[in-house]
Amino acid sequence: MASVCFYFQVHQPYRLRHYTIFDTGNDYFDNHKNAEICRKVAKKCYLPANRLFLDLIRQHGGRFKISYSVTGILLEQLREYAPKVLDSFHELADTGCVEFLAETYYHSLSYLYSPREFAEQVEAHRQLMYDLFGQTPRVFRNTELIYNNSIAQAVERIGGFDAILAEGADHILGYRSPNYVYRPPNCSKLKLLLKNYRLSDDIAFRFSNRGWSEWPLGADKFAQWVNTVNGNGYVVNLFIDYETFGEHQWEDTGIFEFLRHLPIEILKHPDNDFKTPSEVADAYEAVDVVDVPYYVSWADIERDLSAWLGNAMQHSAIRELYRLESIIKAAGDPEILHHWRQLQTSDHLYYMCTKWFADGDVHKYFNPYDSPYDSYINYMNILDNLRVRCSALAPAGAA
Amino acid sequence: MLGWEFPPFISGGLGTACYGLTKAMDRLGMPVTFVLPRAMPIRFAAGEELPSGMEMSEYYQTGMRHVRLRPIPSTLVPYRPGESYGGAQWRHAKSQAGSALLEGPESQRAIYGPDIRAEVHRYALQVMKVAESEEFDVIHAHDWMTFPAGIAVATMRGKPLVVQVHSTEFDRSGEHVNQYVYDIERQGMHAATLVSNYTRNIIINRYGVPPEKVEVVYNGVEFNGHTEASVPRAGPDKTVLFLGRVTMQKGPEYFLFAAKRVLEKMSNVKFVMAGDGDMLYRSIELAANLGIGHKVFFTRFLRGDDVDRAYQMADLYVMPSVSEPFGIAPLEALQHNVPVLVSKTSGIAEAFRNALKVDFWDINEMANKMVAVLRYPPLQEMLRIEGRKEALRFRWEDSAARVSEIYQRAMSIM
Repeated sequence: MASVCFYFQVHQPYRLRHYTIFDTGNDYFDNHKNAEICRKVAKKCYLPANRLFLDLIRQHGGRFKISYSVTGILLEQLREYAPKVLDSFHELADTGCVEFLAETYYHSLSYLYSPREFAEQVEAHRQLMYDLFGQTPRVFRNTELIYNNSIAQAVERIGGFDAILAEGADHILGYRSPNYVYRPPNCSKLKLLLKNYRLSDDIAFRFSNRGWSEWPLGADKFAQWVNTVNGNGYVVNLFIDYETFGEHQWEDTGIFEFLRHLPIEILKHPDNDFKTPSEVADAYEAVDVVDVPYYVSWADIERDLSAWLGNAMQHSAIRELYRLESIIKAAGDPEILHHWRQLQTSDHLYYMCTKWFADGDVHKYFNPYDSPYDSYINYMNILDNLRVRCSALAPAGAA
Repeated sequence: MLGWEFPPFISGGLGTACYGLTKAMDRLGMPVTFVLPRAMPIRFAAGEELPSGMEMSEYYQTGMRHVRLRPIPSTLVPYRPGESYGGAQWRHAKSQAGSALLEGPESQRAIYGPDIRAEVHRYALQVMKVAESEEFDVIHAHDWMTFPAGIAVATMRGKPLVVQVHSTEFDRSGEHVNQYVYDIERQGMHAATLVSNYTRNIIINRYGVPPEKVEVVYNGVEFNGHTEASVPRAGPDKTVLFLGRVTMQKGPEYFLFAAKRVLEKMSNVKFVMAGDGDMLYRSIELAANLGIGHKVFFTRFLRGDDVDRAYQMADLYVMPSVSEPFGIAPLEALQHNVPVLVSKTSGIAEAFRNALKVDFWDINEMANKMVAVLRYPPLQEMLRIEGRKEALRFRWEDSAARVSEIYQRAMSIM
């Protein structure tokens, strides 16, 4: 049996406006740019990809299934700037073949600095999925697939989850294959699904690379690779950024055509099927415990935290950010709280990354700043303003 | 090599660049005859005796195996002197030179005209005379005053000319260019030219030189062992340093306007302006008028250990140049472990990552970034450590190797 398990990450941050030490306003975000990017990505990716998946689900009468993790802050932006995308997600949810996963509402690194804040954001996101799509998520994925044993335990403690997703990095699996279901240590119920990064990256990164020996990649060829899993695995976890479709891999690369033909090709083999993550967790027993004492993620070649917490500026920024938690929460102002949480989005730290030289291309592509130094300065100026606002609000003697 | 300034007589970036490049060419084993305009007879420091039997107009030893120094009497200086100490010194040198030259042998007696044109012309004649007795394959001229000499020698001997542009008339004078200088530059640049990418654009757009003739060769920086800050930058006050000629090109007024803004946010900051130039007095006045006279310290021109000391007390080096073809000074600041903020209109900004960059006219942003460096130690630390690592990669040997390639190409075209 080889079950193909698709999960797509759908996320856009609230980008910050240029904010100097001389600015004093509460308007931290570049609404114009956020609207523009949101509409652009909606047009190139979200709308055509949602339409395609809706067609495929209907065409295959329930045999084709996918899952999404959509961040709370993207859904807020879609509601404001591209409501049609929201409508199409509703349609997808109504098919019964689409599962929505839970993550931190703000796409944050909160677990690393405040487990309490983490739990609140997971709860907020789970509630949002229920409100919007009528589903209570049973599977959790953390920001950027950041994972270790303690995160698994924390998620099990929060409760209500059957599985958690992580990167199937070689250094945590050793000789083992990502194509089985595993269990984190010290967890009784939670199962661990690991990304098959080779097959995932064939689609996400190598698809249009003409220097790649397998180029051009057709659905039939990809289906053959999936077929080889039959007999030595249960599941092929394809975890992919949704923007791959139409934004990272442009339409003219043939990426949509590839997707259109993939279900037919996969289903040609009688032992293959499509499952959502919770169905995978229900269908297959865990074969082993995978011990992950150190953090892994799905970013860059290092598969660690260095894209967000790799230099002194990033550490300083996140420390200052979470140091504000108690005074922010004491201030009891919903707008300030929301702003503080919007600043937790991991992208802000990603922009401060200085590992250009090896992974330069990807970082540059996503970075609205000229340099990581500029991004740090901007961020710190905003944090400073936020702190001043809190101090002004705090009850006398508290701050 | 028609160059400028050899130690210990270096007054600015052009001399530093000529010297650094020549030394690296020596290390690569490229034979160089360095023609040096000198107003005064050269007196070498102790230990560097003039070899016996050598006459005034002949070669001097340089301590380098492949480089011979050939001074010729001329009062040309690479920078226009300002209305200050520098100017007085220059006038003094000029009068000294006059008598020195008049006392020399008949053949060297220099009768130079009252203005720069005559002096440039006279320099060219001198160089032509020197060239008659020299063997060489390429003529390499640095900046406009040596271009007529380079062109004359190239024509006379049928050898290729390579000119190196360290600054253009547009850098020095903004839009108020001197037509005479511009014409010379334009004529010279139609040979092969070596510059930074920033200047390359100026040369292509303003001088109409075909892009394929303009090569980019970045400057290097010399790292000499003792680079760690020996004096810890402690104490309550932070120091921001401007070090360079105080002229329109270097943007001193933007530094002061930004300083004023910084002081609105932080009071414990001092601003040091080290250098001389024709805008020095105006800058002192401006600081006073802005009400920050007590926070800005003018040191005049610094030499040797004083330069090191200025860097050692600095928390940030700022180069707000209006137009800077390269900018060696930021690399020197990093050598002294001082983080740098440079204007985007500089050669270094395009080639360097670990520096803060601003538009020179954007006072607010300049102040914003100054405050950030002074306030956030992690920022200062990363700019310093990463910047220094990056600065180490600007090696004169690489520049010299590029120059060698360009020579080969120039010779093959001839």
